[in-house]
Order: sequence, then structure tokens, then C-alpha cells
Amino acid sequence: MIDFAHVSKRYDGRPVLDDVSLSIAAGSFVALVGASGAGKTTLLKAVNRLIEVDQGMVAVNGRDVADQPAVRLRRQIGYVFQGVGLFPHMTVAQNIWLVPRLAGMAAAGRAQRVADLLAMVSLPEELAGRYPHQLSGGQAQRVGFARALAAGPSIMLMDEPFGALDPVTRGDVGPAYRALHDQMGLTSLLVTHDMAEALILADRVIVLGAGRILADMPPRALLRARGEPTINAMIDAARASAARLEALAREA
Amino acid sequence: MIGGVSWPELARLAQAHLFLSGCAVLAAVLIGLPVAILAAHDRRVRAPLLGIISLLQTIPGLALLALFYPLLLFLARATGWPIPALGFLPALLALGIYALLPVVRNGVAAIQGIEPVLVEAAHGLGMSRWQRLRLVELPLGAPVILAGIRTAAVWTIGTATLATTIGQSSLGDLIFSGLQTEDWQRVLVGCVAAAALAILVDAMLALVETGIAGRSRRRLGAGLAILIAALAMTLAPVSDGRASTGRLVVIGAKNFSEQYILAQLIEERLRAAGYRTQRRDNLGSAIAYRALAAGDIGVYVDYAGTLWANVLRRTDTPDGDTMLKALAQELERRDKVRVLGPLGFENAYAFAMIRARAQALEITTLDDLARIAPRLRLGTDLEFLNRPEWQAVEEHYHPVFRAMRPYSPTFMYRALADGAVDVISAFSSDGRIVALDLVTLDDPRGALPRYDALLLLNGGAADDPRLVAALQPLIGAISIERMRGANWMVDRDENKRTPAQAAQWLSGEIDRTR
Repeated sequence: MIDFAHVSKRYDGRPVLDDVSLSIAAGSFVALVGASGAGKTTLLKAVNRLIEVDQGMVAVNGRDVADQPAVRLRRQIGYVFQGVGLFPHMTVAQNIWLVPRLAGMAAAGRAQRVADLLAMVSLPEELAGRYPHQLSGGQAQRVGFARALAAGPSIMLMDEPFGALDPVTRGDVGPAYRALHDQMGLTSLLVTHDMAEALILADRVIVLGAGRILADMPPRALLRARGEPTINAMIDAARASAARLEALAREA
Repeated sequence: MIGGVSWPELARLAQAHLFLSGCAVLAAVLIGLPVAILAAHDRRVRAPLLGIISLLQTIPGLALLALFYPLLLFLARATGWPIPALGFLPALLALGIYALLPVVRNGVAAIQGIEPVLVEAAHGLGMSRWQRLRLVELPLGAPVILAGIRTAAVWTIGTATLATTIGQSSLGDLIFSGLQTEDWQRVLVGCVAAAALAILVDAMLALVETGIAGRSRRRLGAGLAILIAALAMTLAPVSDGRASTGRLVVIGAKNFSEQYILAQLIEERLRAAGYRTQRRDNLGSAIAYRALAAGDIGVYVDYAGTLWANVLRRTDTPDGDTMLKALAQELERRDKVRVLGPLGFENAYAFAMIRARAQALEITTLDDLARIAPRLRLGTDLEFLNRPEWQAVEEHYHPVFRAMRPYSPTFMYRALADGAVDVISAFSSDGRIVALDLVTLDDPRGALPRYDALLLLNGGAADDPRLVAALQPLIGAISIERMRGANWMVDRDENKRTPAQAAQWLSGEIDRTR
């Protein structure tokens, strides 16, 4: 469970979060969408204190994050981002086992746990000994997910995790993660600029604009609702490309 | 033997050189890396710190080495601790500071150059500061950090040749003594040996670097093992076949042939008397006396006029015997330095002319010279016209020359021989006076101060009667002709001898007439 209460953040006097209040229930899959600069990444990073807010409070499972040591907080929360950030001098297995290692967990059963995590993200076990430069983009991002899940977090923060993947892989990894989310009962917070992705994967879509919440509703409701012109434009764009694809498919 | 340098001597100097350089680089890494890590993470520290280190780097290496002498001397006096101001310690400090810049600059660049996505991952996964350093920054920055250490090592091995000037043995001993005696083979051996050392160490560090970059433990291990073995070898004593158990006496010498010859002569006499000896050659003129007074060296030869003007800061020119007596009293009282006695010759400024020309013009004294000076051209060394000696000559004789031209010493003699000048400011013990058949002019008005060569002992050495007895035979035994002869053996271009050979000849001459 994640709560935001009157959260504000400014960069050089410009507000990126403007008095945002929001509650995310345990087990939900929430997508944060909006144009760049809308404040979605800032909101996400306020949860594991990669960004400290100026005003208001962020609480995880009822505890103010500002009262918890940042390092320990981050180890309890899975974090996946566009750049993936696999360490090039460590093998896949070492990368995956990093958070348990940071927390000083015993290495016993490590190989089996790594194999399980690789299986969980649909990767073959023999990748464990490879180095990141030997992986494809899609494989690397799957390892990134396995790494984020290694210490068994209940919350996952994802900042454009599919942004750098090619469309085919992207259509593959997204639903695969959604399945994991359901299976493990995770609470997921996904930042994306792709409205279609948000609508397909999430239970709840929050549209941000200039640091404020413009809309906050389930995908179906958002598709029916007509509101702010910016939201309409985003939904219309997603719909238009889907329609064009369908038309093309009928012609073929 | 190679280029007139014996293998044991070369091995001993290379060993001292490598040990000094190794310690300096090690010190720079041990201090520089933590500093670099600190600076990489803190913008407020970074700019001023890199500024200060760059500034230190702009001080010429020679000056940096020289500055540590008075600094350590001051520290030793202020604290009362026995801090050695000459030799290894100041050399280590100066070279360590020199090696600091590449280590710190590359260290900062290494850590700042880590890809932002990896920094974000390190933060996002919950690494503590120490974990970030150990798991990410150091392993990923290692190649750049190592490149900095390689630069530092090559610089240090090159610059360590200058340690000779503050009395620390290094391959620079060959270069400096070779330069002074114009023994180019010796200079070349020193240069090539230092360069070879630098290339070898650089190659080993390159092996370590590729070992880290390619994650090859074998290369990394091999490079490190060879480096560690090399450093360990510098700690092993090299036997030069002179091992002895007597008391250690340190002999100082300034940076010219006569001083090397005399230091060698003193060394031979002390060894014969059962002492262990060590040389501190190429001491700066100002440093030599202070090193004696501070006890860093036990014995060396200096000149009456130099001590009178530079140590006692006297500007008057009393007659010779008065000066010698006052010197002996004053040095004993002030610094417990004993003037054992004059060796028997002077190394003074003297006006010299080609013998035939002086006879033709009927010149034998400075009075004669002044009379026809308007027809003559004067050649001097680079500093003479700014020295008190020249002022005194002007005051006493009022010579007005047709032209006055400063030269470096070698060219000054050549100019006289070629007829480009008619008279020069020579040094009276210079071997070229005999070789070129020059006459030195008399100074009837006593304008030029006495420059008797004096054998000086510090308090400790002076209190050892056996040591005094060993050196006593040298007092009054070296005439100006003998010294000129010995100097000429070393300074001439053909059939050149080493200072050791000249000292041996001089020693034979002294024994022959005793």
C-alpha cells in the first residue's frame, strides 16, 4: 500500500508535483501516464526516495518513507527502469543476486534461486553465467526484472521499463510481467508515456499533467470518458493507430 | 663495465632509483585514491583540491625537491625530532606530491565517468555508499585509475633522477656527475637506464591493466607478481665488495669535477682507515654547508671566500690569514664545524690571459691590465659581472674594457683561445689554465678575496681522533698545480679520466712527496 498526501516538488522554482494526494491499494497495478515533464517519474521515485519531496508525505505500508533509511527502503522495493543498468562486470547470476547480497543474505541456495528467477522471467538457466554484453535487449530487461524480484519485494516500481525494447519484444515482456504481478500478488507502479500500454496492462490509469492529476480511473472508464483535451488526444491517438492496424488487417 | 660505469654501481643506483620511485608512487596511490574518491563525490571539495594539486605540479621538479630541504630543516628544529632533511625523506615527499596529480585526476575521472544508468541502478537497488564504491565504482573505474598510476609511475621514474641533487642516490648520479665532467657516456648510461626502468614498469602495469579490463586473472597476477618481486628486490642489499664494519661517515660534494675528485680522495682515505663511507654528491652550494652543520654529512671541502660571504654574510675583504682565522673561530662557535685546514690551493676568481699575449702587452698584474683595458675585451662566466668580486675589482682598479661578454664556462675558455676575447675571469684551479698555457694576473691591491679550499668536519667527525688522523695528511698537500692537473684529467675531451682515477693519481702524488 502506497499513500501520497499533499506531495509537492519543485525544480528551480518550477513545480513538477503540485499538491498530489493519492492512495494505491495493495495488489493493484497502477499506470502513471502523461507528457514528459508531467511529474510521473518524480512521483514514482518519491516512493523509494530516489527523489525527496519538498512538501507532503509519502508512506509505504503506512510508514512515512522519510523516517526510514533510504538504503533499506530501496532493498525492500523492486526497481526497474528504461536503462536497465545491469552491471557489465558481473555475470547475469551476480546481477540477479545483487540485492540479497547487499542485504547480507546467506548465499546458500543461491544457484537454485537464480535459476527459479530466470525461469520466472522465461529465460533459460544457462544464461546465468553470461555477461550483460552477451544478452539481447529483451533478455537484458528480463534479467532486470529478475534482479528487481530477487529479494522478494511486495512493491515494484517501473520507470518506462519497456521503452527501449523493440515493439515485438515489448508486446512480449509487458504481458509476461502482468502475469507475474497477478501470480505473486505484487503492487505495481508503472510509468509510461504509451497510453495503449497503460490501458492494456494496468487496473488503474492515472494521467498527470503539469504536476497535477488530470484523471484517475480504470482503463475501460477512461476509454468511455471524455474530459481534458490532452487526455482525449492521448486516447484518440492510441485508438487511431489500433483502428488503422485493424483496417489494414481487414484489407490483407 | 658499460660506458665507464661498473655493473655493481649501475645495479646499486638502479635499485635505489626503483625503491625511491616505488615508494613515492605507492604513497601517492595510498593518499591520492581516497582523496580522489572524496573529490569525485563532493563538488565543493573537487574544484579547489584539483586546483591545488595542479598548482603543485607546476613547480619545477628540481625546485620542489630543493624546497623540501629548508622545510624539513625548519621542522626538525621546530619540533626537536631527528627528521633527516637530506636524502630519502625529502625525495620521497617531493616525488610523492608529483605523482599525486595523475592519480587523483584519473581517480576522479574514473568515478565520474561511470555510466549514469549504472549509478541509477546502484542507488535504486539500495547500495550503501561503501557498497557503491566497492562493487561498482572501483571495479568499473579500475582501468582509468590504473592508467593514472601508470602515468604517475613513468613520471616519477623520470623525475627521480633529480633526487641526486638533494643527496639521494638514483640513476641521476650518473647523469649529474657525467654532465659536470662532460662524460657523455656516463650521462647516456644514466638516461638509458632510467628510460628502460620506466618502460619496464609501464609494461608491467599495462599487463595488470589489460588483466583487469579483460577480467584475466592470469595477466593481472603475472603483472602484479613481477612488480612486487621487483620492489622486493630493491630491498635486498647489493654487495659492492666494500662491506666493512667501521663507523659510517657521509662525505658531501658540490656539483663540479674538483669536488668529486676531492670527495673521492677523502673517501679512499677514510676507507683505508676502516670507516664505512657514503657519498652525497651534487649538493647545491647553499645546501652543502647547512647539511654539514645539521650533521647530514660529516665532511666536505668548501672555499674560504664562499663561507665568508655566504655563510657568515660578511662583505669586507680582509687579508687571507685574518680571514682564515676568523672563519675557523666563527664556524666552530656557531655550528661546531671544525676547519681541519687548507688543502693548499685556491679555487678563486682570477683574471687569466694567453701567456704569449700577456707577455707581448707586458701585463702581469691587474694594475697593468686596467691601464690598457680600453683596448681589451673581457670574457666572463654568466654570473661574474653581478658578483661582489667584480665590484671590488672595479673599486680598486677602475678598469674600463672595450667590451664585456658573458659565456658559459666552456665557451668562455674557447672564446679566449679563439681570440674573441683577450682576458677572462677564470677559476684558479681550473685545469684549462695549464692546458691552454694561460697566466693568471696578480692582485697587488687585494681586491679579490681568498678562496682557499678548506677541509671541513662537523662536530661528530671532529671529535674522532682516528678520523682526523686519517685526513690530516691531506692538509697543505694539494698544490695548485696538482689540483689543476687532476681537474684537467677529468675535464679534457680526449683521454678523459673518471674522478676516481684522478683522485687515485692525486693520492699517489701526495704519498710520493710526503
